[in-house]
Amino acid sequence: MSDTATTTQTLLEVHDVTIKFGGITALDGVSFDIREGEILGLIGPNGAGKTTCFNVMTGVYQPTSGQIRFAGTGLAKMKRHAITRLGIARTFQNIRLFKSMTALENVLVGADAHSRVGFFHALLRTPLQRREEAESRERAMELLKFMGLARRADELAVNLSYGDQRRLEIARAMATNPKLICLDEPAAGFNPAEKVVLMDLIKKVRDRGYTVLLIEHDMKLVMGVTDRIVVLEFGRKIAEGTPAEIRDNPAVIAAYLGVEEDDAS
Amino acid sequence: MNLVPAPVAATFSRIGARFDNRPAKITLAVLGVLFVYALPLLNIPLLTTPDSDFGGVLFSVAAYALIAVGLNIVIGYAGLLDLGYVGFYATGAYTVGVLTQYHWHWPFFLALPVAIVVTMIAGVMLGAPTLRVRGDYLAIVTMGFGEIIRLVITNTEWLGKSGGIAKIPMPPTIGTPPQPGEPGGLFGIPHISWSTFPNVVDVGHETHFLSFTVLDAIPFYWLIVTALLLVLLGDKLLKDSRVGRAWEATREDEDVAEIMGVPTFRYKLLAFALGAGIGGLSGAMFATRQTFIQPASFALLLSMLFVASVIVGGAGNRWGAVAGGAVVAYLPERFRGFTEWRMLVFGIALIVLATWRPEGLFPPRRTRRAKAAEAEIEELEGDAANV
Repeated sequence: MSDTATTTQTLLEVHDVTIKFGGITALDGVSFDIREGEILGLIGPNGAGKTTCFNVMTGVYQPTSGQIRFAGTGLAKMKRHAITRLGIARTFQNIRLFKSMTALENVLVGADAHSRVGFFHALLRTPLQRREEAESRERAMELLKFMGLARRADELAVNLSYGDQRRLEIARAMATNPKLICLDEPAAGFNPAEKVVLMDLIKKVRDRGYTVLLIEHDMKLVMGVTDRIVVLEFGRKIAEGTPAEIRDNPAVIAAYLGVEEDDAS
Repeated sequence: MNLVPAPVAATFSRIGARFDNRPAKITLAVLGVLFVYALPLLNIPLLTTPDSDFGGVLFSVAAYALIAVGLNIVIGYAGLLDLGYVGFYATGAYTVGVLTQYHWHWPFFLALPVAIVVTMIAGVMLGAPTLRVRGDYLAIVTMGFGEIIRLVITNTEWLGKSGGIAKIPMPPTIGTPPQPGEPGGLFGIPHISWSTFPNVVDVGHETHFLSFTVLDAIPFYWLIVTALLLVLLGDKLLKDSRVGRAWEATREDEDVAEIMGVPTFRYKLLAFALGAGIGGLSGAMFATRQTFIQPASFALLLSMLFVASVIVGGAGNRWGAVAGGAVVAYLPERFRGFTEWRMLVFGIALIVLATWRPEGLFPPRRTRRAKAAEAEIEELEGDAANV
C-alpha cells in the first residue's frame, strides 16, 4: 500500500525547537511539520534526539527555545494530561504499561481521558456515568480486538507476551482518541516476520484516521511504511523528504545508512 | 486464622462479592450483615474477649477497620505512604469535641458531617503542597503533619491544651431517654449466654436499642458498623470506576498515567481528602464513645498501627483492610489476660502474620493473579512452553 496521503493540512508544527540539558544541546533549532493523515518517520542514529523530540511534543520537557503548535494551539506550559486530551498520544520505547492492571483496564485508562464524569457521578452511579463507562468499555474492547488482543482482555498486562505488550501500548495510546499517535520504536525486539505484521498494523492505524509519527531504527520498516521522513543527527535536522529522497540523500547516507553499508560486507 | 477477623471478613467479602441479582448472593449478604450486627450479642466462645467488654472491643475493631479502609484508599489505591494519619483522626475527634462540648453544644449528628468536612479540608491543605513530593519524602512530611496536629492541640488554649476535652456528649438516645438504672431506648435485646445451655437466651442481660450510654458499647458498635458498611459501599463504587483506575494507574507509573490523560495530582488529592474524611469520621466516633479526648490519645504510635492494619490486611484490598484493622484492634484485647506480656504476644502475632502472609491476609487481586500466573509459568516450564 503506497498511496501517499496528500493532505496538506498541517497538524503539528515544530518550529525552531532547541532543548538544552546543562551544557548539552539535545535538540538544536529543529523544525518540521506533521501533516494530517500521514505517517511521518523520525530517524537518526542513537542519541540523535528522536526521543527527546517525542518528549517535548508530549509535554515531558519544555523547549529551551522555539515552539510547538498542535492543530493551531501552542503547547508551551501546557500540562501533560491536557496535551493528551488535545490529541497527542504516545507509546514508550521501553514498554511502560500499568503492569498490575488487566489489558482491558490499561486501555480503559486511556479511554477515560475523554470521560466527563468524575467522583460524584461514580459514587452515585448516575445514568451518565453508567453510559460513559459502557461506552468506554466497548471502545476499549474494540481496540483490543483491532490489535488482536481481545482474548487477553482480562489478563494482567505483566503476563502478556512481549509482542502483545507492545501492541497493548498502541491500543492504550489509541484509546485516548488522539489525532496524532507517536510510536517510539514499536518494532524494538521484533523478529522480521513480526515486523512485517507491525508495518501492516501501522498502516491500518493510519487508515482509521490517525496521523502517525514513527521513530524507528529498522530502515526497511521505515522505508516501507512512511510517507515522509525527517532525519536527525546530533540534535539537528539534516534531511526531510519522501523515503526515496532520503535513500538518495548523501548527508543521510553519510550519517546513517553509510554506516550500514560499511557493515554489510 | 481461627480468630475473629476471618469469619467477619468472609461474611463481608460475600457482601462485596458483587451486587448482581442472584437471590442466593443477596440472601447471603443480608445474613452476613445480620451476623455482623448480632456479633456482640452472641457471646461466641473463644471469640469473645474474656477480660474486656466485648462490645467495647468490637467498637474498636470496627473503628480500626474503618480507619484502615480509609487509609487503604491512600496507601493501597493511590500508593501514597501516609505516616501521619492520626492527625486526621485527631482532627475529627477534636472537631466533635469543640462543636458538641467545649465551645458550642451542637448535637452529635450535626457535628459529625462537619467533622468529616473539616478533616477533608485538612487533608486537602496537607495534600496540596506536599503531594508534589513522592515516596519517602511524602512519608516524612505526613509524619510531621501528625505530630504538628498533636503539638498544636497540646499548646492551644482553645482546644483544651494537654488537659483535653471532657464530657463530650454521646449521640442522643432514640426512644425513652435513659434514667439511672433504666437504659431507655426503643426496646431491649437479650444477649445469648452459653453457660446456661440449653436455656441460652439471657433475659437478665439486655442491650437497649439506640440507647447511647457509657454502660453499653454495643449501640456505638452498631453505629460505627453502619458507617463502615456505607464507606465500604462507596469505596466499591469508586474503585470500580474511572476514579479507581486513575488511582491504580497513578500508583503504577505516575508519569505514564499523566501522559495517558490522567490528572494525577487531582486524583492523588482526592484520595488524600477521602482518606482524611474517613479518618475524621472514625475520630468523631471515637470522641463520642470515649467522651474524653486529650492530645496523648493521638500519639505517633497510632499512625504506625493504622499503617500496620493496612499492610497486615493486604494493601489495595478493602476486605484486607477490614481484616487488618480488626486484627490489630482485636489481638491486644484478646490477649489482655497475658497482662504485661500482651504487647509482646501482639508483636509476635504480627511477625507471624508478616512471615506467613507477606502480601497481607487478603492481598489485592493484582498480587493474587500475579502469583497464580507465576505458578502457571513454573508448571509450563517443564514443557519448555514459550509464548
